[in-house]
Amino acid sequence: MSVHLQVLIVVIPLLAAPLLVLLRGATAPWALATAVSWSVLAIALWLVAEVQVHGQLSYALGGWAAPWGIEYRLDAANAMVQLLVAMVAAVVLPYARLSAGREVDPEQQPGMYAAMMLLLAGLLGISATGDAFNVFVFLEISSLSTYTLIALGRDRRALTSAFRYLIMGTIGATFFLIGVGLLYALTGTLNMADLAERLPAVASTRTAHTAAAFLVVGICLKLALFPLHLWLPNAYTYAPSAVTALVAATATKVAAYVLIRFLYTIFGIHFSFGELPLSQILMVLAVIGMLVASAVAIRQPDAKRLLAYSSIAQVGYITLGLALGSVLGLTAALLHMFNHALMKGALFMALGCIAWRVGSTRVDQLKGLGRDMPWTMAAFVVGGLSLIGVPLTVGFISKWYLILAALEQGWWVLIAAIVISSLMAVVYIWRIVEIAWFQQSESRDHTREVPLGLLLPTWLLALANLWFGIDTRLTIGIADQAARALIGSAP
Amino acid sequence: MHDSLILRVVAKFLIPVIVLFGLYVVFHGKLGPGGAFQAGVILASALIVHMLVFGPDETRRVAPVAVLRGLAAVGVLLYGGTGLISLALGANYLDYNPIGSTPVSGQYFGILLVEIGVCITVASTMALLALLFAERVRT
Repeated sequence: MSVHLQVLIVVIPLLAAPLLVLLRGATAPWALATAVSWSVLAIALWLVAEVQVHGQLSYALGGWAAPWGIEYRLDAANAMVQLLVAMVAAVVLPYARLSAGREVDPEQQPGMYAAMMLLLAGLLGISATGDAFNVFVFLEISSLSTYTLIALGRDRRALTSAFRYLIMGTIGATFFLIGVGLLYALTGTLNMADLAERLPAVASTRTAHTAAAFLVVGICLKLALFPLHLWLPNAYTYAPSAVTALVAATATKVAAYVLIRFLYTIFGIHFSFGELPLSQILMVLAVIGMLVASAVAIRQPDAKRLLAYSSIAQVGYITLGLALGSVLGLTAALLHMFNHALMKGALFMALGCIAWRVGSTRVDQLKGLGRDMPWTMAAFVVGGLSLIGVPLTVGFISKWYLILAALEQGWWVLIAAIVISSLMAVVYIWRIVEIAWFQQSESRDHTREVPLGLLLPTWLLALANLWFGIDTRLTIGIADQAARALIGSAP
Repeated sequence: MHDSLILRVVAKFLIPVIVLFGLYVVFHGKLGPGGAFQAGVILASALIVHMLVFGPDETRRVAPVAVLRGLAAVGVLLYGGTGLISLALGANYLDYNPIGSTPVSGQYFGILLVEIGVCITVASTMALLALLFAERVRT
């Protein structure tokens, strides 16, 4: 049975979704969804261990052999992405019972859990598959479920932001599909490994260049790389808190993985960074994104929106790492994908706790919360320190690797940009900390701490920020293995 | 709603024929033109004709929204469940060969189950969309 785990990790959440639709009430769907997320985490852990031993796993879907049938191919890079998605889901789903219980209409809760399962299936599917067209299918599954999840927010603006995301996301998916179609026209294959073998012969054709352009723009829309980030702030702000935590921690990371997979495995490093000037383009956009989004974040009146802009800046770090085109840069990008999921997950979940008690996440509503809700705010501070990149947190590890990668190639400008952007993170996190801990609220009565059902999952992720910041064997080990495999697989 | 005897009688004649044609397309899909998506849309059009002629309330009585929603989920489960059957029989996911006595009949029954699943989901989702839109227009 264990050989089938590679496909079951996608099939279990995919089939749980229609089952959830058939269930009634709010507790039974929640229990099933949580059980699914935990079993998915167990499978993901098993697959990571397996990949570290064997290096690569392959599974022929439907029994049709590789270049013709759909192949699921797992190596260190996608095993790591699956692990991060599964980890976040396993923490967010227990949290969703109380958080979404208050923020989402009870009638819509089974549907919400079904959409969460579809999102999980989509994201895990993108990272499981070794087939370029299959990526598109799962990209659509995950995107469509994200649109519905965002539209569930209580604020009416959730609808318009979901619609806006739908338009932008569909354009991105269409671009991606056009790119895949051009590659198919050029090579006659959709299997990633097969594509990688055939592309070098036709690398200098205009079709290959056009395909790469469409693919990169399409993926960057999903990734929310500056200046294609416009859908992100509203979508994250108006979605229910549990949805924001789940989507913010996973969706853009998986898009970053797709970008890495296409640039490194399919096109290969010589084409992406030699034949095309993608390294320079992505680097410039990443740096602008880091600086502009951090600067915008400082002045946001809503804490959720502030973190949304900070996410755009963090996407910049990831893109910067992968655009460096070195083993060290790629390691930093993969590490930051993983680590950013941990910190943003913890931060958005802490904000969800605040929304649960206070009913709003506006920065001026946070006055005095440090005293009223010490545990929630402490988790927020841990996440914030990690976001800034303070030693002993995961944020430090990934930024350290990013700086080392930039240093290796003598890019002093990039190091300056990373440091400036981190300093801006200090400013916007400190702004919240100062208001929460050092100001008294005049208008609001004293509130109590949130129940353990919310606090425990939040602290689990906050502690993961510290744990993986101190014991880096697992994360750096996989990231390094993945980066070497990805660079080595270049023709 | 304006009531027309001719429309009602013609619709009563048409609906069974549409359903029959829909079933023909799903079972004949692998031999000739057609397939589960088309069959699902044809089946749904029978319900939509019903809705246009007899009104959404009457259609909701024939095909309640809750049932349609359940059927939409059941279709997906049928598709995915076919894959689980192949897993249980020791083959890879969605490998239909072991489902029948020979690989050819296995592929035949496997794809038929999958097509029926797709057909159920497409038909109920299309009908659901039409019914929900009709409700929206009225309010």
